Amino acid sequence: MVTQESLSLELYREMLRIRLIEESIAARYHEQKMRCPVHLSIGQEAVAVGVCKAALQTDYLISNHRAHAHYLAKGGSLKQMMAEIYGKSTGCCLGRGGSMHLVDRSVGMYGSTPIVGGSLPVGVGLAFATKLKKESDITLIFFGEGSTEEGVFGESLNFAALKNLPVLFICENNLYSVYSPLNVRQPTERDRAAIATAHGIQAETGNGNDVEEVYNITSKAITSIRNGNGPVFLEFDTYRHREHCGPNFDNDIGYRTEEEFFLWEKKCPIKNQELKINADLDTIRSSILTEIEEAFTFAEESPYPTFDIEKEGAYA
Amino acid sequence: MPRQLKFYEAIQEATDQKMAIDPSIYLMGLGVPDPKGIFGTLSGLSEKYGPDRVMDMPTSENAMTGVAIGSALLGMRPIMTHQRVDFFLLALDQLINNAAKWHYMFGSQMKVPLVIRLIIGRGWGQGPQHSQSLHSFFAHIPGLKVVMPSTPQDAKGLLISAIEDDNPVVYLEHRWLHNTFGDVTEDLTPTPIGKAKIVRAGSDITIVAVSHMVIEAIRAAQWLEKDGISVEIIDLRTIAPLDKETILTSVKKTGRIIIADPDWKTVGMSAEVLAIVVEEALFSLKSPPVRIAYPDRHTPTSWVLSNHFYPTAKDIAIAALTMLGKPTKANSLLEELIKQQAQTPLDVPDKEFTGPF
Repeated sequence: MVTQESLSLELYREMLRIRLIEESIAARYHEQKMRCPVHLSIGQEAVAVGVCKAALQTDYLISNHRAHAHYLAKGGSLKQMMAEIYGKSTGCCLGRGGSMHLVDRSVGMYGSTPIVGGSLPVGVGLAFATKLKKESDITLIFFGEGSTEEGVFGESLNFAALKNLPVLFICENNLYSVYSPLNVRQPTERDRAAIATAHGIQAETGNGNDVEEVYNITSKAITSIRNGNGPVFLEFDTYRHREHCGPNFDNDIGYRTEEEFFLWEKKCPIKNQELKINADLDTIRSSILTEIEEAFTFAEESPYPTFDIEKEGAYA
Repeated sequence: MPRQLKFYEAIQEATDQKMAIDPSIYLMGLGVPDPKGIFGTLSGLSEKYGPDRVMDMPTSENAMTGVAIGSALLGMRPIMTHQRVDFFLLALDQLINNAAKWHYMFGSQMKVPLVIRLIIGRGWGQGPQHSQSLHSFFAHIPGLKVVMPSTPQDAKGLLISAIEDDNPVVYLEHRWLHNTFGDVTEDLTPTPIGKAKIVRAGSDITIVAVSHMVIEAIRAAQWLEKDGISVEIIDLRTIAPLDKETILTSVKKTGRIIIADPDWKTVGMSAEVLAIVVEEALFSLKSPPVRIAYPDRHTPTSWVLSNHFYPTAKDIAIAALTMLGKPTKANSLLEELIKQQAQTPLDVPDKEFTGPF
């Protein structure tokens, strides 16, 4: 039996772990050894952690370019993720994917891709296969609010509803598509949850910076999906603290204001969760940092892949 | 034992026989269970296998391709059908960014066994958005296999291979081939992907063709034979991966090559074949190679325009005669062609055809 206290602590620890991993990536990015784009989830950890905590490890997950938190929250191997970012042969994609392509099938993480909206129907397809095969796992699909502007979003909702598929659509609304704010992309009165509802899909919205709220809303949604009531759409408001891609803060370049940033920083999901727990934070922190150090060492010491045109085949 | 089947019946038979033994195969596409069964290619399968395996779909080409990909990642073997290539262009994101790359970019852990059947329209005024071929376009993408049968036997054999393949395979069928006849083996005899076929052996000139242009090449070869010209015809059957060996062996023997491609000329499959010949067999060539392909213009609607747009057996024969130094004969054939283009609609595969399709 999981007590509320232990759940609160687990949610906190997992968010902190992801935060510290990504801060370590940011701190070392200048070394020029992680030679691929990194889209850090710093600030958005609560959505990934709250949702994945409510799901089972056997459930499937499909994600987008900002995938570190989803992968880690689902239980993906930290060492293999770091090795992948370092372009090493021990990476989760053998060095063929990088930060934007994370996979760990042993925990249901079936991939992430950076074409906005492009992974949505693949996730629906996983759910479709489970239905055809009469399996009971559900599929979690993470995407940003930018994806809801793609035609494939509506197409995916439609098919999921049509076939009553066991899919959880999780929209992380962080207000920006790279540098483009929401108000230049969608009418201000736009209600994305209503788009889902209009497709015949249950929908709910919540505070994406409150991990317990995310967990509670998701738990309810997943119960409904497992009971055969079809797909659910959830939207959580949140905010990325750093630049769209890369290790830095970018409040000075003019597409968003410092005021807005500080407002959201006050709503930091980890700081807020810290108020709800009673534990030795230093011990938690140091055990996480040890794990991170080991993962970086593993990545750095791993061999690079070798280029052999025959083995580098285009075909399976 | 082979017996005669029509091309569309061969597709139906391959699909039926594979579905009977492999429960992971399902069919999906707009109109798949329709009363006409996609030009007869899927007739009876809806009744036999039911709606869970033979299914219609929303008019969402892009997402539905993604759905097929996702299901393939979990062991299903979907076959998608689109009644024209042109509709499928809406799904290029899923095909190129996901289907072609998923295996590679996730470190070879997953496979996408997906067959996409695309029908090439032509004639009866189908116009710019219903007559494109685009095989060169698909063949440009690493990770995709592209096949184009020209005979009923290969329609069956290549579909069997495509279904059994662990990669996404684009299977392009020309609408003008659906009603052609030919011997087809009763059992599941696969036609290997990536292997061209020498349709007819010869010594003077090599004609490399694909899909419907193989038929035109065979007609041309029959005329040329009367003039004592021995033609070797290669039916590529697969565009990607291309069977370079068969092409090069033939060109090294004949020293002459014509490439007949039912597609635009610029940056097309014909250019690729020619490049291979120039790179690897240049000094075997006795005369400059020739490409017979579509002009770089849109596929027309009016039969009067399309008469001039589509190259025929006569164009191939004229090129061969010119190449072999028989200008008089070439000129008289050209006159015949011009007369024919001016008088008769050439917008149907045969006279019995009354449209639409």
